[in-house]
Amino acid sequence: MSMSLVTLLYLVASICFIQALKGLSHPTTARRGNWFGMAGIALASVTTVVLVVSLRADNRLGLALIVLGVIIGGGIGTFIARRVQMTKMPELVAAMHSLVGLAAVLIAIVAVLEPRAFGIAARGAAIPMGNRIELFIGTFVGAITFSGSVIAFGKLSGRFRSAPIMFSGQHWLNLALALAMLGFGIWFFVTQQWLPFLAMTALAFVIGALIIIPIGGADMPVVISMLNSYSGWAAAGIGFSLNSSMLIISGSLVGSSGAILSYIMCKAMNRSFINVLLGGFGQEGGMAATGAEQKAYRSGSAEDSAFMMANAESVIIVPGYGLAVSRAQHALKELTHKLGEKGVNVRYAIHPVAGRMPGHMNVLLAEAEIPYDQVFEMEDINNDFQSTDVVLVVGANDVVNPAAKTPGSPIFGMPILEAYKARTVIVNKRSMATGYAGLDNELFYLEKTMMVFGDAKKALEDMVKALN
Amino acid sequence: MEQINPTVINLVIFVLAIYVGYHVVWNVTPALHTPLMSVTNAISAIIIVGAMLAAGATDTALGKTLGTLAVTLAAVNVFGGFLVTQRMLEMFKKKERPATENKK
Repeated sequence: MSMSLVTLLYLVASICFIQALKGLSHPTTARRGNWFGMAGIALASVTTVVLVVSLRADNRLGLALIVLGVIIGGGIGTFIARRVQMTKMPELVAAMHSLVGLAAVLIAIVAVLEPRAFGIAARGAAIPMGNRIELFIGTFVGAITFSGSVIAFGKLSGRFRSAPIMFSGQHWLNLALALAMLGFGIWFFVTQQWLPFLAMTALAFVIGALIIIPIGGADMPVVISMLNSYSGWAAAGIGFSLNSSMLIISGSLVGSSGAILSYIMCKAMNRSFINVLLGGFGQEGGMAATGAEQKAYRSGSAEDSAFMMANAESVIIVPGYGLAVSRAQHALKELTHKLGEKGVNVRYAIHPVAGRMPGHMNVLLAEAEIPYDQVFEMEDINNDFQSTDVVLVVGANDVVNPAAKTPGSPIFGMPILEAYKARTVIVNKRSMATGYAGLDNELFYLEKTMMVFGDAKKALEDMVKALN
Repeated sequence: MEQINPTVINLVIFVLAIYVGYHVVWNVTPALHTPLMSVTNAISAIIIVGAMLAAGATDTALGKTLGTLAVTLAAVNVFGGFLVTQRMLEMFKKKERPATENKK
């Protein structure tokens, strides 16, 4: 098989990947896009297998190893994809980033070991200088992606404490390690020796873990997006090392996608990227609001809220992660259905950081069979709150805190869902505890606000019962 | 004329691809950002082609072992990524009919 033909087939695969992303511009075209993606990767894989076989006709072992890897990995992947719960998507995505990172490191090691296999150097010849820099970059980005994603996975799945881990001199230590890594990289670049290459890889693994540990649970949407971006750059780095334009194109698509998502998440939390990276924000827990006198609030029952919503013309529901934690999505759907039968216009308002990763809440609502055309993004629905009779806030806190409009507040400037503008607000929460930002929420103390305490699932089920 | 350094050609492709990625991704609807992340997981696993060369075209046992391991890891992402994306997108599909009924 000629390399020109291989390259052209890879080009077709690259176009397929662009189509896969393009399809995601609307739910109706998204599935076709996904088929394009699958076709692209199938084409690229088959082309590569044919190439491997054509390089050496008697290469039965190599072929067997590839098939073995695909069967084992594919089996595991298929199993996980079928079984994973939608609430666990952030963990799954973090775990998958780590796999890309590790695979990139392994490929880079083999490329240093046998550059001839990838066509980047003749047998026994040294690797060209350019490819050495690229190998260096691909390896350390891959290693950072791997260990960073492992930490992120641990924090998301509750295996590690998600609170930020800070110690004095942390940033200086990171800087020193990064410089040392760079030094080993240059040493490798000049000499192509194993020692600096492996030392650099080891340091990159350590750095990857160190840059994620100071970042707290609330910032996880940014962290996942950032690691998504890194995994793309790692793939692109490997593409540079192997002179493969398909890997460069695919990696860059993924890299820019992750970077854009990081930007969107930062903007939704009104934080700068640097600020997130330096960490320390988002202490887990939510202690009762500190200091200050006990302010008065009104609490009511699920029956009261059911009555209010049934008599409303329009209801907007603001779901937060608390909803997912108590697995209340299906109860929510029941409630929506019942209200719909009574002629109430029910819509959903989604804050960009409503879940644990970008778009997470949309998937959770879709899983509960809530029609996506009832679900609105923040910018599309914020102007409608003032003409809405009842807003039901379930398991959300900071994203509806009007303190974001008060200069001097720690969350000042953060875009919020303007629930406080509605005629009546019903808030379901477990207690008066604060959210991630550790701030008291003025919304809860408004005269028009009614607090319904208790588990979201139970409260919503009670509301449904009251509507019967 | 001297030959162009392959790294420069790679850089040209790299910059153009970022440009394409930037424009395509800004068009993705925010509701599908989670499927976007899972499908990019699968797409970045395209490094499986590098892993296949590592497993299939090398001579040493170490090279073959690491390569096979890399193929396995990347295959988890390829299959897992596309299938979980498909699963999520199916959820977004079913909703269309009840929605139009509500609007009547």
